[in-house]
Formats: sequence, C-alpha cells, structure tokens
Amino acid sequence: MASTQINPTRMELTRLKRKLVTARRGHKLLKDKRDELMRQFLDMVRENKALRERVEKNIADANKNFVLASASASVEVLKVALMAPKQQVSLSCSKRNVMSVEIPVFETKMKTSDANDIYSYGFAFTSSDLDDAVKSLADILPDMLLLAQKEKSCQMMAQEIEKTRRRVNALEHVMIPDLEYKIKYISMKLDENERSTQVRLMKVKDMMLKRAHNYHY
Amino acid sequence: MYKIAVIGDYDSIYGFAAVGLDTFPVKDHTQAVKQLRQLVGENYAIIYITEALAGDLTQELDRYSSDMLPAIVPIPGVYGNTGAGMANVKRFVEQAVGSDIIFNNENQTK
Repeated sequence: MASTQINPTRMELTRLKRKLVTARRGHKLLKDKRDELMRQFLDMVRENKALRERVEKNIADANKNFVLASASASVEVLKVALMAPKQQVSLSCSKRNVMSVEIPVFETKMKTSDANDIYSYGFAFTSSDLDDAVKSLADILPDMLLLAQKEKSCQMMAQEIEKTRRRVNALEHVMIPDLEYKIKYISMKLDENERSTQVRLMKVKDMMLKRAHNYHY
Repeated sequence: MYKIAVIGDYDSIYGFAAVGLDTFPVKDHTQAVKQLRQLVGENYAIIYITEALAGDLTQELDRYSSDMLPAIVPIPGVYGNTGAGMANVKRFVEQAVGSDIIFNNENQTK
C-alpha cells in the first residue's frame, strides 16, 4: 500500500484528512443508496416474477386458442381476417427517478375506446375460436405492458445496484484504509521530526551551557 | 408517441396484430438480428421477442440493457420455449444481490 511516495508535510496531511472526510461521507451516502435501491428492487422483482408467471401462462393459453382457431380455418382466411387491425396501441413514456435510476413509465392509449370493438373481421366467415383467441390476447395486453415496464425497471436497477456496490466496496476496502494508512504515516513522521528537533535543541543547549560556564550536569 | 413491436416466428405472433401491436415475423437468427436493429433505430419503446429467438440473441439484447428505451421483453411462443424469460429475471436478482434469493425455494423443490 505504501507503494506510492508520500510527502510527509503538514499540507499533505491536511489534504489527506479532508479527502478522508469526503470519502467517509461518500461511503455512507452510497451505502444508504445501495440499501434503499436493494429494498425497492426486491419489491419490484417479486412483482415482476408474479406478473411474468401470469403473463406466460396467459400467453400460452392464448396460443392454444390460436392453434384451435387455425385448425378450423384455412391460413388464408385467418390472414385476411387479421390483415387490417382495428386496434392500434400508442404508447407514451415518461420517466420516474428512483434513487437516481431513471425507470420508464409507460402509458397506453388505444385507438378504439370500446374494449369489445377489437375484431377486425366480420363474424360470418370465421369461427368463434378466433374470437376467443383475439379476446384472450386483448385481455392480457395490459399485463404485458406492465411486465415490460417492470422488467426494464428491474434490469436497470440491478445494474445500478451492482455499480453502487462496487463503489461502496472500493471505498470501504481500498480508498479509506489507504488514506488512513497515509495519514498515520505522515503524522508519525511529523512527530518523529518534532522529537528529533527537540533532542537537537536540548543538545545544543547543553553545548552552549558548557561553553559559557564550563558547567557540567 | 411510441409503438410496440413483436418479433418471432409467424405462428407465435400473428395474433398480436389483432390487438394493435406491430408484428415482424422472422424465420431465422440473422433475419431476427437485422429486424431487431432496425426496430431499435425506429420509434419502438417495447419490443416483445419470442423466447426461442431471445435465447440466440442474448449478446444482441445485452447491448440495449442499459438504455431506458427500448424495453426488450421475452415472451413464450407456440414452440421452442426455453424459460429464457424467467431465467432473465433470475439473472437480475443474481446481478443485484450476488446470489439468487427469490427463486431459491423453487429450485429445491424441482
């Protein structure tokens, strides 16, 4: 740790002491940030997991419905039926700041306001299976959007936590011990200098007394 | 205003067109990469991608992980589900906490 040259001066000492105070404060702040981020992350990731389980299950069900629908209708009929979608989702995105991590908040707007007005085809030539399939998919759409938001947030928070933890550790295990060592080294050196000056002065005093009065202790 | 895209094999995603998402059927890996890059450049805030494809594209997806947009979310398709979506969530926990504390109990029972 003492690989770098340290200047044992008073100026250097004050500089290092100031640096240590800053490092300690930074360490405390970052530690708080990490703890708070972790708390929020754990809540968020639990929600994320529950949501994903639900969405995956529902998508699997919807896929089953689509398979059924395609079994009773030819590919062409299906393609024609779904060719011109009625529904159009537009998304606006705002940011939310969680402990300096900017996570997205999605807001959706559907083109058709009526939730039942999503079938882009006449009912004459398609089976009811297709209606069910489209309905099941429309039902899970809000969950899917929420999942996207949650999952992105979790991803970004996980990255931020990792970064913050590294910083905390670097301060705790490298920066602060290093600074403490340097401060100790300088103050020891300065004390030592002071003592040697004192001894020298005493010695000089002795010599002067001796010369003046031929005086012996 | 942003849009939402779905990438995957045709059978898995054609239904999403009915509910107002933009679907982009792709056949193979290279086509998927190309399509994904194109969509990222456009105005898409959320890109859903089938797990079967997402498994191949991990490197590609990681490139966008630190940006706020787009959010790329794996979803199960009709076939070739790998559980990549859940594995992803698990990975977040491992990255943040250092070890997996959310999925622990499930792995023991399995």
